[in-house]
Amino acid sequence: MTPFTVTRSNRSSPLALAMAVLLVLSAAAIPYWAPEDNRSAWMREFVEIACYLVFALMWNLLAGYGGMVSIGQQAYFGFGGYIMLMLGNFAGVNPFVAVPLAAVCAGLVSVPVSFIAFRLQGGYFAVGTWVIAEVFRLSFANLAFVGGGSGTSLTAFTGISKAVREQTTFWMALGGMVVAVALVYIFLRSKRGLALMAIRDNEVAAESQGIAVQRTKLAVYVVAGFGAGLAGALYYLSNLRITPDAAFSVNWTAFAIFMVVIGGIGRIEGPIVGALIFWVLNKFFSDYGSWYLMGLGLLAIFITVYFKQGLWGYAQQRWGWSLFPTQRRLH
Amino acid sequence: MSALLQTHGLTAFYGDAQALFGIDFSINQGELVAIIGANGAGKSTFMKAVTGLVRTRAQQIEWNGQPIGGMPPADIVKLGIALVPEGRRLFPSLSVEENLLMGECAGRTGRWNLNRVYELFPILNEKRWQPSTSLSGGQQQMVAIGRALMSNPLLLLCDELSLGLAPIVIKEIYSALPRICAEGMTAIIVEQDVSKAREVSSRLYCFQEGTVPLHGASSALTAEQISQAYFGMPDKPAGAGAV
Amino acid sequence: MDALLLTVVQGILLGGLYCLFALGLSLMYGVMRLTNTAQGDFILLGSFTAIAAIAGLKWAVPDSVYLPLLLSPLLLLVAFGFGFVLQRQVLNKVLGKDPLPSLVVTFGLSIVIQNLLLEIFSADPRSIDSLGLNTASVTLPGGMALGVLPLFILSLALSATYGLQWLFNHSALGRSFRAVSDDLEIAQLMGLNAKRVYAYATGIAFMLITVAGVLQAMRTTVSPSDGPMLLLFAFESVIIGGMGSFWGTLIGALLLGITQQIGFRFDPGWGIWFGHIVFLLLLVVRPQGLFPKTVG
Repeated sequence: MTPFTVTRSNRSSPLALAMAVLLVLSAAAIPYWAPEDNRSAWMREFVEIACYLVFALMWNLLAGYGGMVSIGQQAYFGFGGYIMLMLGNFAGVNPFVAVPLAAVCAGLVSVPVSFIAFRLQGGYFAVGTWVIAEVFRLSFANLAFVGGGSGTSLTAFTGISKAVREQTTFWMALGGMVVAVALVYIFLRSKRGLALMAIRDNEVAAESQGIAVQRTKLAVYVVAGFGAGLAGALYYLSNLRITPDAAFSVNWTAFAIFMVVIGGIGRIEGPIVGALIFWVLNKFFSDYGSWYLMGLGLLAIFITVYFKQGLWGYAQQRWGWSLFPTQRRLH
Repeated sequence: MSALLQTHGLTAFYGDAQALFGIDFSINQGELVAIIGANGAGKSTFMKAVTGLVRTRAQQIEWNGQPIGGMPPADIVKLGIALVPEGRRLFPSLSVEENLLMGECAGRTGRWNLNRVYELFPILNEKRWQPSTSLSGGQQQMVAIGRALMSNPLLLLCDELSLGLAPIVIKEIYSALPRICAEGMTAIIVEQDVSKAREVSSRLYCFQEGTVPLHGASSALTAEQISQAYFGMPDKPAGAGAV
Repeated sequence: MDALLLTVVQGILLGGLYCLFALGLSLMYGVMRLTNTAQGDFILLGSFTAIAAIAGLKWAVPDSVYLPLLLSPLLLLVAFGFGFVLQRQVLNKVLGKDPLPSLVVTFGLSIVIQNLLLEIFSADPRSIDSLGLNTASVTLPGGMALGVLPLFILSLALSATYGLQWLFNHSALGRSFRAVSDDLEIAQLMGLNAKRVYAYATGIAFMLITVAGVLQAMRTTVSPSDGPMLLLFAFESVIIGGMGSFWGTLIGALLLGITQQIGFRFDPGWGIWFGHIVFLLLLVVRPQGLFPKTVG
């Protein structure tokens, strides 16, 4: 019997890794080489897109790999933002330290939430998570000490200069983005990741092979909650002003869905490609307000109907492109 | 006399896995042909291919000389081919009578209607309003047969009628076959029970791992030939009897 | 005690409208396992279409007050056609074992409709003139006053539920709905054209959606961003009642209405929140709902 070998990398992946490292290093230096008058704006925009990307990556992990389509991840986004703000404003915690703490809190709160959410499956799970997000929103909107429905501001930065605040926020966002990508990539290459894909393909078969389905799904849900909380905490670190309607808005998930679907669900490169496309579209068309959003919606519908795999997925299928290979090939 | 149904080198796949490796089959109007073989031999796949549940190439299946391979199931039943599926597969939300009425969706007219089905299987008349899932296995099999008959087919395909049924129930079911076929109905039955298959059919095909190593007149084939073909003995005898 | 009774009754009346929100959702999920996340937005589309149509009629034929009423069957026909075409041309293409494509498409439709309505009608709340129905009331022997419009809505909800259940249980179309829902493969084997059956289901769902939209606009004001809230109410009604039963959806809607009204009595800000919380609690305690049918 001829021995089989399993390979994961392909020719382009070491090259892609080198390119990625280069990109990250040059991005990290933006505070130094960006033009003086635009520096602030560049950094803020970068932080914003980093938050979108992290949120989208986590949504992709949950839906594309975990098979759990959620329209309620904004619950953890807003929760992360509010906890970061509360730790900074009321517990005297350094806001930069508060960000990872808030992310951990978001991960923790996702555990009891999962007891409720996991009662539902498929499409009803999706809407159920939306209900839960609404409960989060209404709860925070009724808390007077964080400004109720009108929201409040992050005041914990008094004493820190604007330049230091902006730069540190920027680096944290860049770091968060790298960590998120690395985390997802390593997870998916691990045994847990393989288990996850088995569950996604056929839950019953996976269970019969001894995979702890419920525990793996919970693990993914918690990681996704943590990631969403991280994105939210970072976003409001930069934005400084939080309101419940914005923090818990379903638009976060809508944009994540858009990015992932356009780029390609279930592939790591997908959200990255989608985020880039989204950023470009945003830059040129967001002035068109409602028409722009309508266009996004129609584009997402069109891609889902005719290009189920998204644009990157199409490229992967057609030409075998892969930057972050997680598929194992049998030889 | 040209055959009612013919297959030429029929191949079928489940995804990448090949299940049928070139089946040649034919049946004439009014015949009752049996297909036997072990589990996984491809018998049900063959039935699914003929009824459009599994895709095949157009020329590989001919009905009255016309290629029908790959046509959607809804169109094939309208041509007059009806399947009694393996495992019955009644509609759980529907009552007995409603299940039977589903056969009318094919829109074909003919001798079979509700009354005749109730004449054939009187017990169903008693239970007509009960949910189909409340019936015993044998009674469910009767409903499945009745449902197929309601589409007034020219060719009836029966996939493993005796699956999971007690011998006395099997006898009862099979006693209905002559009455069904009396008016010229053509039928193919898939059977695990070889002796039963030989008993009711005029010709028989033995499937083995997606091929047909043996076929011929049921009376002419010996038990030894059949068991060799069934289990895939290396020494495969040639088919005996005319096709 | 009197106040509690009044609250419960008001809740029941509110639930009548929620039932009409929910029936279309229940129907589409029941027949084709499709979760229509744009349900609320389609309801609003119905509201605004009616508002625009009435405004147009008023401009064309200013003296006729009852013309809109006479033409309402036409609106229902248009709604049926819209749903039928939507299912055939768009939704049929994304049905399957994977729930994601249909979710993305309906979610995309939700965003498109919301923004389209926003562009055409602006964010101002509007309503339909119900010719005094929304303020008229009848007084029961015990002294309780009930609104005529809410009573009318409740009776419509009861009729619609009864009608839908009857359709499912006693008509050939209902039989085909149940068959494709039970076993799509075998239903096709019988000769059913699944794509057409689905389209009929969605067509009927949209008739219900339009009725709900018109009534909502009569009862209160509507604005383009209301969609998600209506979807969640519809969804909660379906889940509380239990999937697979239209009467269950009605009961679920009534219970949701009552729960919200009780919440409103404590504090206007917590009314909807209370409804959500009770829904989630019920999900933990009895996830299959109160009146589940065996899943086919």
